[in-house]
Amino acid sequence: MKILVPLKRVADPDNANKIKISAAGKIDTTGLEWKPNPFDEYAVETALRLTENGTSPKTRLGEVIVVTFGPKEAETTLRAALATGADRAIRVDTTDDALDGDLVARALKALVEKEKPDLVLAGKQQVEGDSNQVAQLVAEYLGWPQATFAGSIKSENDTALVVGREVDGGTLNVKVTLPAVVSVDLRIVNAHGVKSKHTPAAHAYPDGVRFAALMAIMAAKKKPLVEMKLADLAPDVALKVTYGAAELPPKRSAGVKVKSVEELVQKLKTEAKVL
Amino acid sequence: MSTTLIVAELHDGRVRKATHSAITFAKQVGGTFSILVLGATAKAAAAELTGFGAAKILACEDASLANYVCERFAPTVAAVAKSGGFDTVVVTASSYGKDLAPRVAAKLGAGYAPDINQVKVDGAKRVYRRPMFAGNAQGYCEITTPVHVVSVRQTEFPAAEPSGGASPVEAVALAAADAAASRVEFVSLEQGKSERPDLGEARVVVSGGRAIKERFAEIMDPLANLLGAAVGASRAACDAGYAPPELQVGQTGRVVAPQLYVAIGISGAIQHIAGMKGSKTIVAINKDPEAPIYQIADYGLVADLFVAVPELVNELKKQA
Ligand SMILES: Cc1cc2nc3c(=O)[nH]c(=O)nc-3n(C[C@H](O)[C@H](O)[C@H](O)COP(=O)(O)OP(=O)(O)OC[C@H]3O[C@@H](n4cnc5c(N)ncnc54)[C@H](O)[C@@H]3O)c2cc1C
Ligand SMILES: Nc1ncnc2c1ncn2[C@@H]1O[C@H](COP(=O)(O)O)[C@@H](O)[C@H]1O
Repeated sequence: MKILVPLKRVADPDNANKIKISAAGKIDTTGLEWKPNPFDEYAVETALRLTENGTSPKTRLGEVIVVTFGPKEAETTLRAALATGADRAIRVDTTDDALDGDLVARALKALVEKEKPDLVLAGKQQVEGDSNQVAQLVAEYLGWPQATFAGSIKSENDTALVVGREVDGGTLNVKVTLPAVVSVDLRIVNAHGVKSKHTPAAHAYPDGVRFAALMAIMAAKKKPLVEMKLADLAPDVALKVTYGAAELPPKRSAGVKVKSVEELVQKLKTEAKVL
Repeated sequence: MSTTLIVAELHDGRVRKATHSAITFAKQVGGTFSILVLGATAKAAAAELTGFGAAKILACEDASLANYVCERFAPTVAAVAKSGGFDTVVVTASSYGKDLAPRVAAKLGAGYAPDINQVKVDGAKRVYRRPMFAGNAQGYCEITTPVHVVSVRQTEFPAAEPSGGASPVEAVALAAADAAASRVEFVSLEQGKSERPDLGEARVVVSGGRAIKERFAEIMDPLANLLGAAVGASRAACDAGYAPPELQVGQTGRVVAPQLYVAIGISGAIQHIAGMKGSKTIVAINKDPEAPIYQIADYGLVADLFVAVPELVNELKKQA
């Protein structure tokens, strides 16, 4: 199976409470480290699991291509994905300001038409914009089926995938025939989240994503990474959504500590009046 | 004048309350609005919506819509939006709306503003506010295309109350499914059976974290039952399998804003807080006095949850 994973770098999500708003009303993340978008890291891990036999992961049984839309510095994120096992990388040169989800999706569509993957495996959302739209948009532009918010994926002989979608009321299981677009949710990297056609049903992965060995990090420097121009993929670079000023949300302040369960119940009844 | 099309969300054939938040959005935008109901029993559900001041309730009833598949729903939404000349399409910011809206937007060549928590109308200009960076920033955005698609946060648009009148119900035709629909097959829906209120609609939510371990139900259920609460969980509790995934509250789970939110054995990571900080009153029970959750809790009880929660249940019973 050939899989294309769109991968974005984001300002350290665990320190997102340290972001500032500049005098011009722009979101300022200086001082925060760049990290791969967690959902995209999971998408890379999922792609690797789908292209291997879990019991001998060093033998690659498919191709995983990672692509980012971003500046030169975002190549660090691509190299990190190559080090964990992705085969090659593409950087489409642009900046976050020049993008909206629709433009990313239209450019991805053009890239898919060149690369002809069997599967586009995206994150459910990038945790800066929290937009949750690129996978759905690219599916529509390609005329492909979509299975969003995947908490589990089982390959049926690499011609179809059974996807457990995490939805508000529970898990919605769908079967999509490839080629298709899937976006991944958090639970996908659990021990039994992904089953490739090669992996024995009983195989359990360690929870989470794999780490790159030092050797692999060195080797990743030699893996192919090509640069493309955004306008070559999407001639119309007009944005459908533009952002103006931003602001910090109102702060919620700390309340009081109560000494006992009785005091808590009293306060909830008489002070907060919620019981 | 603006004309808004609201896409109702159904659950087991009934209208989800989040739809009423979308009605509030439409009323704030002004102009007229109609509501589209899609499903195998859409006409019965449409009857629930006739008292909210809509110009029309449009019902698309077809057996092929019994189970939600985006590739079957999106074409009809887009076709109705086009033929009715609607300039705004609004869905609920639920897993349903978030799956559906982008595909509709792409069909309409429309810009999409996801998960908005406010709309400001200034003549022809409309500015949408939306949480970003796990709610640590609010972005203001504008859509540059003639047609707008938005999904609205239930927690920040209060549910519309019936305003009287009787909107006419009109049947609308099912549009041809996307070609891709032949390559998606609904297999099954595994729903947690529960008599409890939906997380998004509950007056009280009690959430448990990693600390509760395998005793999740034993600790949480008696408290939830007593308070008539919905049960939520942290990501860590869901990942570990202590609680099912659909209970996750947070940036990437459900967003809730009940009258009372009780966080039990939850540290208060920013991703969790993003999903519950709009709650009216927040209570935290955590044995670590430095836990970040205390920075936003109105009432904190530093205690071992395995002792404190059963005690709380007893105290509530005593005072009931
Ligand atoms: C992309 C991404 C998305 C995420 N989305 C979400 C999300 O939507 N929702 C979410 O919740 N998280 C989310 N997270 C995870 C989040 O970062 C935290 O890891 C998670 O919320 C931690 O869960 P927890 O508080 O249960 O566990 P922990 O952080 O381990 O906290 C457990 C707490 O229990 C306390 N404790 C231990 N024993 C006891 C006891 N006996 N009595 C009382 N207290 C006790 C401890 O003091 C501690 O504070 C996301 C993370 C990522 C990377
Ligand atoms: N600039 C980008 N570069 C690469 N992938 C992206 C980019 N923006 C979004 N994506 C992909 O689309 C997914 C959903 O993003 P979004 O719809 O913007 O929340 C992400 O998890 C990525 O997989």
